[in-house]
Amino acid sequence: MTAVVELRNVTKRFPGVVALRDMRLSIEPGEIHGLIGENGAGKSTLIKVLTGVYIPEQGEIYVDGVEHKFTEPRQAQDAGIACVYQELNIVPQLSLTDNIFMNQFIKGRGGFLDYKAMNQKASELLTSMGISVDVSKPAGVFGMGVLQMVEIAKALLTGAKVIIMDEPTSSLGESEVEQLIRVVRDLKAKGVAILFVSHKLEELFILCDRVTVMRDAQHIITEDIGNLDNDKLIRAMVGRSVENQFPKVDTTPGEVAIEFRNVTSVGTIKNVSFQARYGEILGFSGLVGAGRTETMRAIFGDLPIDSGEILLGGKKVTISSPQRAVEKGIAFLTEDRKGQGLVLNQSIATNLILSSLKKVEKGPLLDREKVKRVCDESIASMRIKTPDADNQVSKLSGGNQQKVVIGKWINSDAEIYLFDEPTRGIDVGAKVEVYNIMNKLASAGKCIIMVSSELPEVLGMSDRVIVMRGGEVMAEIRRDEPDFNEDDIMKAAWGERKSA
Amino acid sequence: MKNNPRVAAIIRAVAPLLALAILVIVMAAISPEFRTVNNGMNILRQTAVNGFLSAGMLVVLITAGIDLSVGANAILSACVMAMLMTTFGITNPILLLIAALVVGTLVGIVNGLLLTKLKLPHPFVSTLGMKFVLAGLALFVVSTRTISGFPDAVTWLGSADFLRGGGFNGIPGSFLALLLTFVLLHVLLTRTALGRSIYAVGGNPEATRLSGINTDRVLTFVYGLSGTLCAIAGIVIVGRSGVANPSAAMGGNYETDAIAACIIGGASFTGGKGTVWGTLIGCLIIAVIRNGLTILNAQSDVQFMVIGAVIIVAVFIDVRRTMSEERRRRLAAA
Repeated sequence: MTAVVELRNVTKRFPGVVALRDMRLSIEPGEIHGLIGENGAGKSTLIKVLTGVYIPEQGEIYVDGVEHKFTEPRQAQDAGIACVYQELNIVPQLSLTDNIFMNQFIKGRGGFLDYKAMNQKASELLTSMGISVDVSKPAGVFGMGVLQMVEIAKALLTGAKVIIMDEPTSSLGESEVEQLIRVVRDLKAKGVAILFVSHKLEELFILCDRVTVMRDAQHIITEDIGNLDNDKLIRAMVGRSVENQFPKVDTTPGEVAIEFRNVTSVGTIKNVSFQARYGEILGFSGLVGAGRTETMRAIFGDLPIDSGEILLGGKKVTISSPQRAVEKGIAFLTEDRKGQGLVLNQSIATNLILSSLKKVEKGPLLDREKVKRVCDESIASMRIKTPDADNQVSKLSGGNQQKVVIGKWINSDAEIYLFDEPTRGIDVGAKVEVYNIMNKLASAGKCIIMVSSELPEVLGMSDRVIVMRGGEVMAEIRRDEPDFNEDDIMKAAWGERKSA
Repeated sequence: MKNNPRVAAIIRAVAPLLALAILVIVMAAISPEFRTVNNGMNILRQTAVNGFLSAGMLVVLITAGIDLSVGANAILSACVMAMLMTTFGITNPILLLIAALVVGTLVGIVNGLLLTKLKLPHPFVSTLGMKFVLAGLALFVVSTRTISGFPDAVTWLGSADFLRGGGFNGIPGSFLALLLTFVLLHVLLTRTALGRSIYAVGGNPEATRLSGINTDRVLTFVYGLSGTLCAIAGIVIVGRSGVANPSAAMGGNYETDAIAACIIGGASFTGGKGTVWGTLIGCLIIAVIRNGLTILNAQSDVQFMVIGAVIIVAVFIDVRRTMSEERRRRLAAA
């Protein structure tokens, strides 16, 4: 069988770096082909070579056995290669139909747009993917799950033979992931090949026929999924085996750090009660939109509280703004690292001291030596890979950026850490480092609250888990209880049991 | 080398200086009148007003904002002094100067509050509106008349020259005051917590707010500071011309000159960038161009076109710079 897409010995260089070295890849028709590798392994470059964004210096690209030299994205599209990027190309103000037909509007008499035909076709496409929505509504009112389907519909409309999906599940809730998996299988059945780029190993085992692993800009292995397991994949990715993905350290929980008593913020969270203790890691599980992030924002003074009480160290408090929260020793590692966590165009140093500016002042001025000392300490203790704290933080990899955000909060001497999806979008090695930092903080008696959509992570790292659904607490499960397992947590998250 | 942030910073700082040097050399080669010491001092004198306005504009641009009311604010501050003098008979120079500073600062704070409290979408619109309001106010307070006869102590800042004599016109005090202001501003921006917060707000307001910094207060301060510097510019204008002319609030090219100086000096509309040093060079470049055109007897038609082109080129440079930075970032991430 001729491969639908094949790369042979493709090399792409940038000044000073080889982003892709002798890369090969072959995708069969109707195959779901997984692609994994740590951040910086060259996956993004590979995608951009396939979609005509980058022009490789060496090597050949074949589509259905015919050699192509893409010099612009349009040519790749015409050849039948489409890509659903991680950051979707959706115009929120335009309707779903407009978004789907963006570059191939159907025109009727007189060259005017035929919305009747387009709406109908858009509706059909989405319905075939199990989504029934009003396609004339603006895209902005829909969630990520629907928008992703819109992108796939757009790709199908261009007659794509191969659809590249770049971490399609990273911003989806569990139910949306299931829907996506169904759609991907449907596409496969129709003969469309999928290149599925993911950070989540379990998805590869559910979905893929074969998996290619990249490391250091190179092809490492391509194997049938049946011949692979977690360990093999990780070893291929990192070049060593990560013995324990979740290096949980046992600690003795101390006093109650923060307590919620029936806290309600109309429209987001309802009667939320829980306690979090110093020296423990409290996990928050649930589907996307279950009110977990909102609960964190309530702790951080960034959500209006309509009723209920918040107690810090046993004393009732009102946290009216993030500034108050920081003053009270609360740190918030937001889920949107680039949008809310970092000032990307500033230096690593500025980001590291942003929450502790008052602490590095000498009189009216910043104490430059102290700033340097604080930053050097953070870089060393968290193993942030950079030659210089004066480098822009945007130049770091995702994992190192995340360490800068954590460093910012450690420097603020916070006592309570809210970690919202702390390992999203960072690679396996960096994840373990983030877990180790969390362990260190918990061992030092800090209170850690971790929101995570990855169940293995919740189970691997939490001392206790709070499960939320629809803004309410459904269950609270301790690590030593028999219910501390994926099944029971999922049941609570889906509302099939309620114990709190 | 390329990856060393300090080397990169030096290259960025030297580039506008090089442009200035080339400009000066070319002008000096063309015109004997240009290459006199007194004309040099003249250029410095002409730099002062734009310098104070650019200083304020720089801080605002760093926060990814803009202040289009700087010229009108400067003129209003001048006209308020004129009003106090003519209508209320106040001639105490200290009172007049304080009044100007208070008016300028208050206007700036209002600009800040429009952004932070009323949540108007972008200061481009609100400060453009303010420009008209202030221009109207300036005409109103002096009943559209041009007022002269200010006390010497008021005009001193704009007219004092040091070491004058023997054919030498002296070093303009207004430029020295500008240098002092720039030094203070540099310390504020690079060496204080507030300075870091200003850059951070410009780079990512949401991340800065969630880091526990009161971003509203930082922004209000920034516009207030711009207002204070406008008032100083107004005082210099009165000193240089001897009059407060309310119609200059609409007629002057104050905003565009200030924005051009900042952008030439390395600031960006996207925020988080810009230095005092670069802005100083930018101001000098604008002053040399204006001075050179005048010496070459260029009429206002040519002057308008050249300055317009300079502004467009400056913005183009900003766009290219942002693109190449993104490219470098992309390469670093690849």
